Amino acid sequence: MDITTYIELVFSDYTLRTITLGTAILGAITGMLGSFAVLRKQSLLGDAISHAALPGIAIAFLITGAKDSNTLLIGALVSGLVGTFWIKNIVTKTHLKSDTALGLILSVFFGFGMLLLTFIQKQPNANQAGLDKYLFGQAATLVESDVWMMAIITGVCLLVMLTFWKEFKILLFDADYTKTLGFNTRIIDILITVFIVLAIVLGLQTVGVVLMSAMLLAPAAAARQWTNSLSKMVVLAAVFGAFSGVFGTAISASQNNLSTGPVIVLVASVFVAFSFIFSPSRGLLFKQIRVIKNRRDLELHKTLAFMYHIAETHENISHPHTVKLLNNFQGYTKSTLQKLVDKDYVKLNGNMWSLTPTGFETAANLYTKQSTNDE
Amino acid sequence: MNSAQLEIQLIASLVAIACAIPGTFLVLRKMAMISDAISHAILPGIVVGFFITQDLNSPLLILLAALTGIITVVLVEYIQKTGLVKEDTAIGLVFPALFSIGVILIAKNANDVHLDVDAVLLGELAFAPFDRLLFNGIDIGPKSLWVVGLILLVTVSLLILFFKELKLSTFDEGLSASLGFSPAIIHYGLMSVSSVTTVGAFDAVGAILVVALMISPAASAYLLTTDLKKMLGLAISFGVFSAVFGYWVAHWLDASIAGSITTVLGLVFLLVYLFAPTKGIIAVMYRERQQQIEVSLLTFLLHLKNHDELEERHVNHLYEHINWQKVRAKSVLDLAQKNNMIRLDKNIVSLTEKGDQFTSKAIDYIMTNEDAQIEDMKADFFLFRG
Repeated sequence: MDITTYIELVFSDYTLRTITLGTAILGAITGMLGSFAVLRKQSLLGDAISHAALPGIAIAFLITGAKDSNTLLIGALVSGLVGTFWIKNIVTKTHLKSDTALGLILSVFFGFGMLLLTFIQKQPNANQAGLDKYLFGQAATLVESDVWMMAIITGVCLLVMLTFWKEFKILLFDADYTKTLGFNTRIIDILITVFIVLAIVLGLQTVGVVLMSAMLLAPAAAARQWTNSLSKMVVLAAVFGAFSGVFGTAISASQNNLSTGPVIVLVASVFVAFSFIFSPSRGLLFKQIRVIKNRRDLELHKTLAFMYHIAETHENISHPHTVKLLNNFQGYTKSTLQKLVDKDYVKLNGNMWSLTPTGFETAANLYTKQSTNDE
Repeated sequence: MNSAQLEIQLIASLVAIACAIPGTFLVLRKMAMISDAISHAILPGIVVGFFITQDLNSPLLILLAALTGIITVVLVEYIQKTGLVKEDTAIGLVFPALFSIGVILIAKNANDVHLDVDAVLLGELAFAPFDRLLFNGIDIGPKSLWVVGLILLVTVSLLILFFKELKLSTFDEGLSASLGFSPAIIHYGLMSVSSVTTVGAFDAVGAILVVALMISPAASAYLLTTDLKKMLGLAISFGVFSAVFGYWVAHWLDASIAGSITTVLGLVFLLVYLFAPTKGIIAVMYRERQQQIEVSLLTFLLHLKNHDELEERHVNHLYEHINWQKVRAKSVLDLAQKNNMIRLDKNIVSLTEKGDQFTSKAIDYIMTNEDAQIEDMKADFFLFRG
């Protein structure tokens, strides 16, 4: 199936349209809120929350006996919140570190959830089938009302975020200062946490418990590489997240046997890898290029200094010397010599080189003053 | 109890011991989440290994998967070193990507692979006794029992051989490096053991329970002791207890054994977390409250010492002046009276001689900044604590 027919299908086919819209909105909201999680150094909190939500789903089903996704999500929300605040309590009240608290709550809640799920499966209630779709998510089960729900929650999130933007931002970067200014940091903190939990719970149906944390992290980590401004980062992360959703859905729809959740996560990971390598200011590629360039410049300087010391011993500074003289010298390559010629520091005449007066001048001052015109 | 049940409990207990040992060090080294990352990230290794060997218990598969675990650790460390993202973000980025690859590999080959994702996440202990190991045609027990037993043997011998080095590098990395123990070797050694244990236990108990068995007993033990050997012992006992007890809970509920063991582990932690003698939440809250009363009492005595005027020392005035609620003021007043610090005379409070001395000392205590002097005084101020 080629791209144009696919795009036509997205607009005409109900299921595909719902899923594409759903995953796009989901990517946007998780990217947006994920930025805060990443900057608050709570990246793995998402992982813990999504696992901790599982028993809530099972308990909600046990109580109501119905598989209405909204009821189950409320259960997930409650148990996610319980897990989150238990983690915070463990970290503040005991000497256990946050990684231990995260791993503990994550595995224990998930194990408890699985106990309940397997328990439910043995029950005679025929309704239970399909609860385990929350493990890896099944985008195909999204219906229009789910997408509306996501859109409304995203809207509320956006509204609250814009209203409290200043508070969120200042808490993020200087919590102590925020406190001295008289803001109630506890409430802001709880607000951010609740929204993060909400975003994760929303994604459970689509991406699943296990991979949800990547949806939170990956777009934000990718966006972080392109900018140092919070507002730009949040917008970029939302865009990356939305595109991961759309592309992931497209790829999984065009193949058989490809679950949407893992594909979306992989697409988001590709965004991250691309950003890590190609971001102009922080990326590995440009960093490496800068390192090589600096090294070249240093070698150029070394060659010039070496020539200068030879030329110094002669009365006429432009006295020609053979290129062979340079062969014992490490910094010398044909291309550096050519570069020096291009800069008019050196004249080449067959196998002989000679310093020009400008070259001599530059070399003499190379290590004595900060050259403004650093090449 | 039939022999299959006994075997399941034996396997679960061995897995618990094999996990508790590296888990203790992971918790102490603040690397608990690495075990979560490894347990998820080995999935592609297991799938590829399974394509090749068609046997979940083959040594080649275990090695391949353990290698994936090490690759995860190296990848996480590489991303950390670039400084582009924080440490925990690096973990959170790597393992979902690898896990996704594993899930997709399974899904794409669902028809020819006898491996489904639920089993990977949860394992199936109940089936473990059916996969027997035959030696010269004689049945010598379930395969996973041998695999886990072997891993446990290696782990224990490594622990005994390198206990000193591990202990030192866990608590003082700088010193151990300066004494010539390579931190890298110890680090990667621990990571390798964790990876191998995770893979070996994977088949039996699944990815999530491995994490629970590593972290939860160690975390509970850490709340009870600060002695490494005792912590290891406690962690192992918690693990084994949960394994056996969890099995019977699962048996009774007819639910997943792995899930039930994890739940028991969680309950054990909850109990310890609430009731641990000095670090449990109740003990901590009790201590905080006592400290609060102590400080209140001191404030109260200092106030009395500073004021001779009758109206400043009237009981009702004190309530208003120090701005305490009635109950709190009453409890402080009672405590002071019980310790013979104050005298009440027609609702006028005054310091006794003992109270006066105590308050002078308290002023000294507050003014003194030298640690040595404070150490002596501290004992005097803990008189209210039982």
